[in-house]
Amino acid sequence: MAHFTKATSLHDWLNQRLGIDTVRRVMATEYWIPKNINFLWAMGMVLAITFGLLLISGIFLLMYYQPNVATAFDSVNYTIMQEVGYGWLWRHIHGVAASVVFLIIYIHMFTGIYYGSYKKGREMIWLSGMLLFVAFSAEAFSGYMLPWGQMSYWAGMVITNLFAGGSLHADGLVEWIRGDYVPAQAFLNRFFMLHVLLIPLAILGLIGLHFGALRIPHVNNQDGEEIDFEAEAAKYKAGDKANSKVIAFVNDFMSKDMMVVGIYLIFFFYLVFYHYDFAMDPVNFDPANGLKTPAHIYPEWYFLWSYEILRPFSTDVGLIAFAFAQVIFFALPFLDKSPNAVPASRRGLFKFWFWAMLIDMIILTAMGKVPPEGLFSTIGLYAALTFIGLWIALPFITKFEKKV
Amino acid sequence: MKNSSRRGFMGKAFGAVAGVGAVASLYAMKRSWDPLPSVKAAGFTTLDMSAYKENELVTEKWRGKPIFVLKQTAEMVKKAKSNPKDIERLIKVGNDYFMVCLGLCTHLGCIPGYNPEEKSFLCACHGGMYDFTGDVTKAPPPRGLDIPPFKIDGNKLVLGEEGPEYKKMLENGTTLRA
Repeated sequence: MAHFTKATSLHDWLNQRLGIDTVRRVMATEYWIPKNINFLWAMGMVLAITFGLLLISGIFLLMYYQPNVATAFDSVNYTIMQEVGYGWLWRHIHGVAASVVFLIIYIHMFTGIYYGSYKKGREMIWLSGMLLFVAFSAEAFSGYMLPWGQMSYWAGMVITNLFAGGSLHADGLVEWIRGDYVPAQAFLNRFFMLHVLLIPLAILGLIGLHFGALRIPHVNNQDGEEIDFEAEAAKYKAGDKANSKVIAFVNDFMSKDMMVVGIYLIFFFYLVFYHYDFAMDPVNFDPANGLKTPAHIYPEWYFLWSYEILRPFSTDVGLIAFAFAQVIFFALPFLDKSPNAVPASRRGLFKFWFWAMLIDMIILTAMGKVPPEGLFSTIGLYAALTFIGLWIALPFITKFEKKV
Repeated sequence: MKNSSRRGFMGKAFGAVAGVGAVASLYAMKRSWDPLPSVKAAGFTTLDMSAYKENELVTEKWRGKPIFVLKQTAEMVKKAKSNPKDIERLIKVGNDYFMVCLGLCTHLGCIPGYNPEEKSFLCACHGGMYDFTGDVTKAPPPRGLDIPPFKIDGNKLVLGEEGPEYKKMLENGTTLRA
């Protein structure tokens, strides 16, 4: 049996039973972060804080929201918005955070792509991050159903129809997902369950995996330099902090991290108080009506790029292109054949690939928002083809990249 | 050695029990997501076909889905007869011809809008178009609007029942089972 002595303090009492000093050392004071990083390395913490905001605002919304096709719309737009004290605050935080979280996810992803933080042992960080992206997408979609407005209903209709698989006509599968011939009570109830329980559980687990995946390879740095973390940590612990290439996660790195978080939160609450409308589609302030399609059905801005890859093609080709767009980012560490894990600016053709991909996704996003007519259709088609072309080109341009 | 083989056997025995349980649970979970019997039973709509006006689109409701009913003018019938694919899509009740279709775009299920002047449907979601018989004229929709199961009963049309005229449409590929 383990030996326990009479505790000298509450700290000691807990330490004997839970090893809190060890936990603190392993998780914080001796978890090493390179010095050579910039504010883009704070996006992980910004995301964690935003997830926290979503969770807390969601808990308060959950206390008044009613997952019933007859009352859902009013429980959001009347009860929460007009009756519940500060109900509007929770809703606007939840809506704005749901939108902004994707902006930060995209910045976080493109930072990783730019600095090559998905290879040389960091593949699992990338893959777990992509799983988080998928889980957040499902969470956003299921949450979008809940106010049961026109956009909720029709987005639900269109997205569940994707599962018919075009010419496969898996209508049985679509009806199984909905629990009805059309989105109705069974559909709303099960998406409510997914939104408030199953997907958040998955997200929490994946966040754990994502953090865990960082432990062994450590965080990348601005130059993709391979750091001997043990040697550098030894220097730091010996007191030579100036010459060590690493700092402790807490308090050194965390203080700067929280500085960025502070600036972010000012921007975030500016949006919550003065510009929440960007996250609230006016069409969704009409109650769901299964006999009237809105003039234009478009997803929230963060799904527009993949929506635009679906749109210009015939059903089957569109579905294949869409499926390709959904999964291809998972393959990035394996399609990038170059051993270089340095910033894109030092990687020859990959530099152009990076900026072309970023600009193409912005064009796809813009074209996904406008009606699919005339010139916009054409631009959308070429942008979609460019997206696919860039991914096909990636293994070739990286294979012949010079070693730096 | 003896010990470890016993443990091995116990592990395998547990694996077998757990496997059966897992399959059974998955089946129960699958069944729990199936549409409820009450949902499936509420599936019949009767339309009085004498009430419709020519070239005026009326939207009815069947199984929560919109049903387009468009009574054809003499001119439209004449035009449809020149194309066997078009005339097969129309339903003859008494002496009148009707287009009766699910009002959901066969691409991704938006509701197309009808333009009585052009006598065509346009889906605003992805730009698909259909003619006055519901046949597709512009991609991305892969096929014409689906025709719901129907039975002609004098001057009435019962949606949800499969009459001989509907079965013929299924056989010759005019529509898929909606």
